[in-house]
Amino acid sequence: MFEAVLLTVITAATPLLIAAVGELVVERSGVLNLGVEGMMIMGAVVGFAVANQTGSGTLGVVAAVAAGMAMSALFGFLVLFLVANQVATGLALTILGIGFSGLIGEAFIGVPGLRIPSLYIPGLSDIPFIGPVFFQQDAIVYLGFALVAAVAYTLFRTRLGLVLRAVGDNHTSAHALGYSVLKVRFLAVLFGGACAGLAGAYMSLAYTPQWVENMTAGRGWIALALVVFSSWLPLRVVAGAYLFGAVSVLNLHAQAHEMVNIPSQLLSSLPYLATILVLVLISANRRLTLVNTPACLGKPFVPDR
Amino acid sequence: MKSLLKATVAAFAIVAAGSAASAADVKACFIYVGPIGDFGWSYQHDQGRLAVEEQFGDKVETAYLESVPEGPDAERAIERFAREGCNIIFTTSFGYMNQTLKVAKKFPDVKFEHATGYKTADNVATYNSKFHQGRYIIGQIAAKQSKTGVAGYIASFPIPEVVAGINAFLLGAQSVNPDFKLKVVWVNTWFDPGKEADAAKALVDQGADIITQHTDSTAPLQVAQERGAHGFGQASDMINFAKDAQYTAIIDDWAPYYIERVQEVLDGTWKSESTWDGLAEGHVVMAPYTNLPEDVAEMAEATEAKIKGGWEPFTGPITKQDGSVAAEDGVALDDGAILGMNWYVQGVDDKLPQ
Repeated sequence: MFEAVLLTVITAATPLLIAAVGELVVERSGVLNLGVEGMMIMGAVVGFAVANQTGSGTLGVVAAVAAGMAMSALFGFLVLFLVANQVATGLALTILGIGFSGLIGEAFIGVPGLRIPSLYIPGLSDIPFIGPVFFQQDAIVYLGFALVAAVAYTLFRTRLGLVLRAVGDNHTSAHALGYSVLKVRFLAVLFGGACAGLAGAYMSLAYTPQWVENMTAGRGWIALALVVFSSWLPLRVVAGAYLFGAVSVLNLHAQAHEMVNIPSQLLSSLPYLATILVLVLISANRRLTLVNTPACLGKPFVPDR
Repeated sequence: MKSLLKATVAAFAIVAAGSAASAADVKACFIYVGPIGDFGWSYQHDQGRLAVEEQFGDKVETAYLESVPEGPDAERAIERFAREGCNIIFTTSFGYMNQTLKVAKKFPDVKFEHATGYKTADNVATYNSKFHQGRYIIGQIAAKQSKTGVAGYIASFPIPEVVAGINAFLLGAQSVNPDFKLKVVWVNTWFDPGKEADAAKALVDQGADIITQHTDSTAPLQVAQERGAHGFGQASDMINFAKDAQYTAIIDDWAPYYIERVQEVLDGTWKSESTWDGLAEGHVVMAPYTNLPEDVAEMAEATEAKIKGGWEPFTGPITKQDGSVAAEDGVALDDGAILGMNWYVQGVDDKLPQ
């Protein structure tokens, strides 16, 4: 029973985790990209379409990542080089993604999809509980964790991470020191797009292997909330994504269980109540919040020419 | 059919179609709650719209808005259509009821058709299909085919139509196996493939080997297919998603109704009515019975024929969950009682959200 719940939680949390960790890097560099939902849905449709046409899940995932990056490149070009308003551009990116994905996906409605195979290690995967939970997931789940570890390490243990955080915290100083603020930000935005595309591919190739319009159903927005929820710390993104996934899945399990009798509306609102609660707890410690919030988040940078 | 504008704001997607200056006699407009690509509820309504276009050609122009959230946003969408010169507006979800009536008051010359609602006005007609007829049949199939004796029901919102569906399913199942158990999970959404899939997994994990749904995506059936459970298509034939898992599907066919009503607008004979048709009139169609032993398919066909002959699945004896009598032996519930159903029949393993 516990194992079954946990397995469902993993699938529910993975797309949130991947999209959120990508956005975290973007925001750490000082850029707010509200277009996560749009990049994610593009990843979902392109991943599905390519996997469907080529018969290869791997190619589908690669294409989805590329689609997310293409969307984010558009965003990066507009907000970094043309200094367009980040909030408006991000929203427009979501609108574009949802509309354009519907157009691309028209031919794929009602077409059965392809599922990315799960890992199977003889011996290890057969261990009760541990096997199915740790050794029988698909590649994207592991990739998600690898991404978080890599991001956490890079941000706080490497020079690259230091530069990225410097750009996000004080772009003027970083610029004065000779770092190319726009280049760092553009690369961060591309990374965010790649992650959102990967999260989208997870939706259409692993979570529910099919294409239907709007299938991300707001998960991009939840990912955005998770970044704030985690106060821009990668490991907390994991906690947040799993908390969110767990509460929403537990709701469904609790309802199916005859012993539990809680109104379903209350259960459905639990993830959001949990988010509010955590936000209250986090902002209670104002110093910590200020330390981690990228000081230049959302502020445009125009280098002197 | 030219799509001129495709714009979406977060969960609010708009697709306006057709040209502004047109020689068509009647403009028929449709508002959908989901994307037309949901391959379920909204998809089937759009198939009806396409049938109208095909039937009338240049005489009728159509337009649609998709993914319009229920509630205040819907009012703006409906009003926009009314201002744009639509002669008849079909609002195709229960949650548009009050908004439809509100806009209808402001535009007395425009005809409104609200799907699945119960409030009418001089220029507001309602229409619905007797989906519960199909649900009774799939309930019977579920009870015959289930090994665990437990089915899972993924429900959207506790409105009468959904509650009646749950009851009809269980009555059908109980007619085969009086001890049949039904677990209900409310997902509080019409369309979220991920959440619907999670709900299906939760139900399978808790012993249900038959999954049925009153939500719009194909995800639950896909889970059934993967987990070796079985299920039923919702709104459209979903056999492509679950070759081994789908027993049949309850298909909504809105085309005959839409063609009829648009014809009436053309002829000037349109009146406000409440239409509620089912299997007999072809508004509800059962997909081919597949993956079933012959005797079960025959039973389903026999029940289908009986319902087409005028038999009402909500015929007594029916006992409510609280033990009170809903219908005496041999007495059928009237339409009002079914359309306003807010109680469970005995045997539902759930408390109805209030």
